[in-house]
This record gives sequence, C-alpha cells and structure tokens, in this order.
Amino acid sequence: MKYYDKLIFELGRKGRSGYSLPKSFASAPAVPENLARKTPLELPEVSEPDVVRHYTNLSQMNFGVDTGFYPLGSCTMKYNPKINEEVANHPLFTGLHPLQPRETVKGAIEMIEGLDKTLAEITGLKHFTFLPCAGAHGELAGLMLMREYHLARNDFARTKVIVPDSAHGTNPASAAVCGLEIVEVKSRADGLVDVEDLKPLLGAEIAGIMMTNPNTLGLFEREIGEIAKLVHDSGGLLYYDGANMNPLLGKVRPGDMGFDILHLNLHKTFSTPHGGGGPGSGPVGVAESVLPYLHIPVVSGFHGNYSVMMKAYAYILMLGRENIKMAGPLATLNANYIKESLKDCYKLPIPSICKHEFVFDGLINDGAHDDVPGATTLDIAKRLLDYGFHAPTIYFPLLFSQALMIEPTETESKETLDEFIAVMRKIAEEAAEDPNILRSAPHNTPVSRPDETTAARNPIVKA
Amino acid sequence: MSKIIEGLLYSESHEWVKVDGKVAIIGVTDFAQSEMGDITYVDLPSKDDDITKDEDFGALESVKASSELLCPVSGTIVAVNEKLEDAPELINEDPYANWIIKVEMSDASELNSLLTAAAYAEIIK
Repeated sequence: MKYYDKLIFELGRKGRSGYSLPKSFASAPAVPENLARKTPLELPEVSEPDVVRHYTNLSQMNFGVDTGFYPLGSCTMKYNPKINEEVANHPLFTGLHPLQPRETVKGAIEMIEGLDKTLAEITGLKHFTFLPCAGAHGELAGLMLMREYHLARNDFARTKVIVPDSAHGTNPASAAVCGLEIVEVKSRADGLVDVEDLKPLLGAEIAGIMMTNPNTLGLFEREIGEIAKLVHDSGGLLYYDGANMNPLLGKVRPGDMGFDILHLNLHKTFSTPHGGGGPGSGPVGVAESVLPYLHIPVVSGFHGNYSVMMKAYAYILMLGRENIKMAGPLATLNANYIKESLKDCYKLPIPSICKHEFVFDGLINDGAHDDVPGATTLDIAKRLLDYGFHAPTIYFPLLFSQALMIEPTETESKETLDEFIAVMRKIAEEAAEDPNILRSAPHNTPVSRPDETTAARNPIVKA
Repeated sequence: MSKIIEGLLYSESHEWVKVDGKVAIIGVTDFAQSEMGDITYVDLPSKDDDITKDEDFGALESVKASSELLCPVSGTIVAVNEKLEDAPELINEDPYANWIIKVEMSDASELNSLLTAAAYAEIIK
C-alpha cells in the first residue's frame, strides 16, 4: 500500500480549478456590504483529478469491513449491506428538515414508529426512544430512567448500581456519570455472574444491576431468570447493555429475561457502519413499569441519528422475521469454529461453548527463553495487521491478563475464517521460533508501532 | 518470576507495606507493575487525608488498564511520593524503592491480616 498523508491544501496551485460556474452566477445579487467578508476565502485551488486522487488515496489508508475481516470483540463488525445506504440516501428523506411541520413528514415519522414497533417485538419491551446517539449515550439515558423510576416513588436511598466484573467499561462509567455508586459483583470460574456473591449485595440502596447477556466472555448468563427475580424482589431494576444482542436476534428477548431497560447499538447489531465509518445510534427501550418516565412524546424535535435508524430498519425488513433468526446461530457457529480451531495454540481460559464471541488469554507458547521476553497479546494484535486483518479487542475483559477477544459475526464465509485461522496459527509458530518477529510488528503497515507509553505519559494535546 | 522482598507485608490486591514504627510505607508489588505494563499515570491522594483499610487511595493507569490502589491499613496519610506525578515510570523501574504513600496507622493490629512474603508468593503463583 502506498503511504499517503497529504493535506488537500498542499496540492493547491494558484489559478487551478475543477469547476466553471454559469455566467448567471456572477450577476447574482451582491451580498450587502456589512455582511460581505473582507478577506478572500482560503480554499484549495485544485483540479478534479487532484481531488479524486487525493480522497481515493486517503480512503485507502483506512481499514474497514469493506476492506477485510474485522474480528473486534464486543463490536459486532458485521458487513453493512449497501442497500441500507441506498435507502438512507433517498432524497425524499435526506431533504427533510427536523423543524418541518409534522404533517409534511408523516412518512418519516411512520419510519420511526415502525422501527419502534419492530425493536419492541425483537426485545420484548414496550417502547423505544431514538434520541441517544450511541451506546454509552443510551446507557446514561437508561440509567437516568432507572433513577427517575425510584425517585418518583419517593425512594431516595437507591444510589448504587451493581455491575459485574466482566462488564463493558462503559457500564460503570455511565453509572458514575449518572451520579450512582458502583458495586462490583464477581464472576465465577465458569465466567458467569456469581449469584451467591450477588445476593448479599442486594438491598434498599441498590437502584439496579447492569448486565450484558451473553456477557463479554461470550457466555449466556443462564441464571438470568433467578438474577432477575432476586433484583426485582429487592426493589431494583435490570438494565440490559445491548452491545451483545447479536446472537439473540429473533431467538431470545431481554424483556422475557426480566430486563426493564435496555439500549441497542443499531450500529452493531443492525448493520450500520461504525467506528470510523459512521455515527452510532443507541435507542433505549423500556418495559411497562418504566414507560411513564420515558420522554413523551417519544418522537419529537430532533430525532437522533435519523439516517442510522433508517439503515437499521432497512436491514431488519430486508432480512425479515425468519432470516433475522439466522444471524445469531451463524455468528455463534463462526465464533466456536475459530475457538476450536485455535485452542491448541492459544490459551482458552473458559472452554465451554460460546455465543458470538470468546476470549483467549495469550499464547500457549509465547516463545520466552533465557533473557528474551515472550510475545504478548499486544504483539499478536500488531502482527495480525501485517497479514491484513484487523486486530481483535485486546486486554478486555479485565478478567485475564492477556485477553484477546474475538467476534467474527455471521457475515464471514468459511474461507475467510480459515484464512484468519491459518494466520493465527502462523503467528503462534513465529512466536515459538522467535518472539521478536512479533514484538517488532507491524512491519508492513504505513505506520509502525506508535510509542503508546510516551504518548500517554507526555501527551501533546495541541499543535 | 516477579520479585518479592522478605520482611515486607503484602495485600491480596498487590500492595506492599513496610512498617516503620507507627508509620506504614506503602507501594505496589513487582507482580502488580508487570501485570499493568508501562505505568502512565499515578493518581495520588492528598497528604493529611484519613483513610480506611481496603478503601482506594488512588489509582494506577497504564497503556493496558486502570487499577485502583487499595490501602492495606487505616490511618492518616502523612506523606505522598510526589516524584511519581512527573515520573510514573519509576514504579516500573523499581516498585519497591518507589513507595507511593506513608500512613500513620490508627490500628496497628490490622497488619496481622496482611500476608507474609511466602504467603504472597503463593497467591501470585
């Protein structure tokens, strides 16, 4: 790949242009003197080929699901069907203004109501608000609903939220931002929430529990029914972090498990671009008990990331009721296929059947000998870049010191999975032979290994 | 193999304690720093703060993770190692020479609940 990092301003040459305006443009009414700018606009003067090559080259400095396999754990980097873009880019929608009179945007509102109804059916909850713009935003909104629920009952003592030690980092962070204190519940050796550890934590100060199911180890919390009963009996609510919803689509509903509030990541589970590729959308759904505290009207004012909602709706309708049920089983099959194919090279702390993702704990043979340190999970991740794969999630969850979290999603073919498995095996061989190959990786990327330590210790926060 | 020093006391959350009369000198173990990787920031408490056993008195941040520091004893913080503010890497270089806080203990019997070097070696095996 050719390294490219120019700014378009560097390409400009005086007098060059890629457009010609019609003559009538020059005779357009002049801007009033007091509003006209005094200095010339600093625009790059470039030809059309300059512009096209510039942005094409820049786009090639990127890696995304359109480029290759992206097994980033807990991120559900599934392929984003292009029909989503076509639907969301329809001029009848893109031309709308959020302040248009309601009677002129009935179709757009119908889309929101349709999505609300569909997600309610998928999750087993009553209604959604689409205002939260991403997962953590949804978590905060959801926790505020949880607090409102208690405060409205004059229950002021519930200031704590229980979060499992395997939780996504956003869970305790959102709770802290919401002014709630975090109480950690431990996982058992089999990776599931320890119900016995949970029991004594419950009480009059607990607003609720935040859970991801399947959890970040890719394991279904089988005792969720008992956990829900314990939490509800103690007066608390259950919050569902929807980041791991993908394997349950159309099969199991968080509402039926006993969850009262949840957020979904439309940009994960429902195939809209994310990461560098596009904005998120984190709609929050509630059960009947919390419904009175959801902002009414649910559809009002500005509508969150509308185009993302359209893409998600297009995805759901394209798949339909029957096919959407296949996402989970195929994602689960793919994850287990990789896990079983690599467990003789990589440490597998929890060997049971996983759902959509699983966690390795570094290499079985990291190549450490004499004074040469072994290859770590960071080194494996960097070496994967050399072979053209995006790295998995690393050093998360915090339960294992060399965590390497892999989520292939359902949209990958067996051939892609086999290529990835072959490369992971090759990396394990390299580590056993000479860990320095991994420790100095990546060798083939435009940027080699950044000095993360110096960057974190001495950040340069302004130019 | 992580270094463990004879004669110090240890907590299960990987802090070490050196007892100097009524004062407990507290740092983190070699095992802790090697698990954390390159330390990038040490969140320090204020001098004169009162602290209770097993409460957090600060945090370590590394490129990998952030981890709370739990105080192995109760008392009053009488000194804070301010050198760590600008040079968090000192903890990686020598976690035993670079203490984090000194606490004047309010209940020296709490020391009995801490681990000996041999017992600590067992838990990090």
